[in-house]
Amino acid sequence: MKRLVILGAGTAGTMMANHLDHELNPSEWEIVIIDERKEHYYQPGYLFLPFDIYTPEDIIKPIQKFIPKKVQLLNEKIEKINAKENEVWLSKGESLHYDVLIIATGAKIAPGEIQGMQGEEWYRTVFDFYTFEGALALRDKLRVWEGGKLVVHITEMPIKCPVAPLEFAFLADSFFRHKKMRDKVEITYVTPLDGAFTKPRATAALNHLLEEKNIAIESDFAIAEVDNENKKIIDYGGREIPFDLLVTVPTNKGDELMERSGLGDELNYVPTNKSTLQSMAFPDIFVLGDASNIPASKAGSVAHFQAEVLTKNILSYIKGEPMKEEFDGHANCFVETGNGKALLIDFNYTHEPVEGSFPFSGFGPLSLLKESRMNHIGKLAFKWVYWNVLLKGIPIPFVPAKMQEAGKHF
Amino acid sequence: MEKAICNTTIEVNEEGFMINFSEWNKEIGEELAREAMIELSERHWEIIEYIQDEHRKEVPLSIRKIGKSGVVDIKEFYALFPKAPLKTATKIAGVPKPASCI
Repeated sequence: MKRLVILGAGTAGTMMANHLDHELNPSEWEIVIIDERKEHYYQPGYLFLPFDIYTPEDIIKPIQKFIPKKVQLLNEKIEKINAKENEVWLSKGESLHYDVLIIATGAKIAPGEIQGMQGEEWYRTVFDFYTFEGALALRDKLRVWEGGKLVVHITEMPIKCPVAPLEFAFLADSFFRHKKMRDKVEITYVTPLDGAFTKPRATAALNHLLEEKNIAIESDFAIAEVDNENKKIIDYGGREIPFDLLVTVPTNKGDELMERSGLGDELNYVPTNKSTLQSMAFPDIFVLGDASNIPASKAGSVAHFQAEVLTKNILSYIKGEPMKEEFDGHANCFVETGNGKALLIDFNYTHEPVEGSFPFSGFGPLSLLKESRMNHIGKLAFKWVYWNVLLKGIPIPFVPAKMQEAGKHF
Repeated sequence: MEKAICNTTIEVNEEGFMINFSEWNKEIGEELAREAMIELSERHWEIIEYIQDEHRKEVPLSIRKIGKSGVVDIKEFYALFPKAPLKTATKIAGVPKPASCI
């Protein structure tokens, strides 16, 4: 009997467990998935929690509910991967041998990387919304905040869901308008990039939206420090931006397990082949989702497309055949723009987000890179799709892993 | 697009980043620095060489990585290439704009 071990039962790991449960012969392969948590968090929901659009119940469900019966779920902390011996060490001292290992341990915030970020103002006037705790604390703050300077800030790239901070700024604009206090709030968007987004064409569209919503942008800002006493952020060049409420996206890092195991780069991401998703160091290790260092967005849609590709590659690998499937970097993201509207962007390693219709060429019903109410409905419907379709590894109809070019204006 | 520089032409993108690193030479580097209003000192060159070495090794560049390289700390990097040091330094070095921003 051979064993395939999946580390991490988040979005990527859960999808792989479901895919492989269908594909691997149970008389030959045992599948084990390990995660120290008992709950699965719908991370896109963290964006809506601070604005009282979602409740905690919308966001949290038990991990077990999404793991197939034949897959063994171990609720334990992982101490170390001993890749040379094909072993995973668990915190209780046991070790588990694997024939194939899938790393899906994700990424998380590391506010300790920036001086003063986790200082005395942390969760008082300085918040993150990339954790459940942060999003919830921010919700409570926004319920009573009377206005002032709101600074929405990105520490450094790469981050999970690079559009989320922008969406936060757009939703904040909308939120304060509804509360009839937009005139009391000055919103500034601070980024280490040279514009609103990482891809020039989408940046042009998004910069325009920022302007329209009266959100100031401060670009090329590489934060050195959060000054808790004077409530300002300071960059390495000496530039200072004052705040009354700072909503920051701290540095994102891969799991510390990679550091302990000697498998990560300087941000604990695992060096991975961007087409095959095989580890660069060990052929029997595969990596997907936020845990890898590949130059694709760290987003659930990416993990979803990767899971389809990786399933085929793992099947080839265990048969000793060449891995033919190539991941193209495909990402597909809804961007909430406030007031019940959203944009949709679709891109990959080589093609930037473009205008057009999606998923049906010339028909839609969703429109790419343009604000529409239909896109917003799409984003809200996505929560249902996530819990009921995506995690179970069911392909989304008409949205294949590889990006389609028809109906798009390149 | 093509750009005339130092009695020759180089291929650059819309933001002025060189497309073919092989077309780069020290003279072009100096001219690109002048355009960025930077006078290159010995320290600047050490950083440019480090960036080019990393590029040849296909190692992705980031401000964090350069800060930990032992070649320069982030504060000095900003002092040498003000405002957006990684962008400015890579442009002068003739390597593509770092894709650390996905």
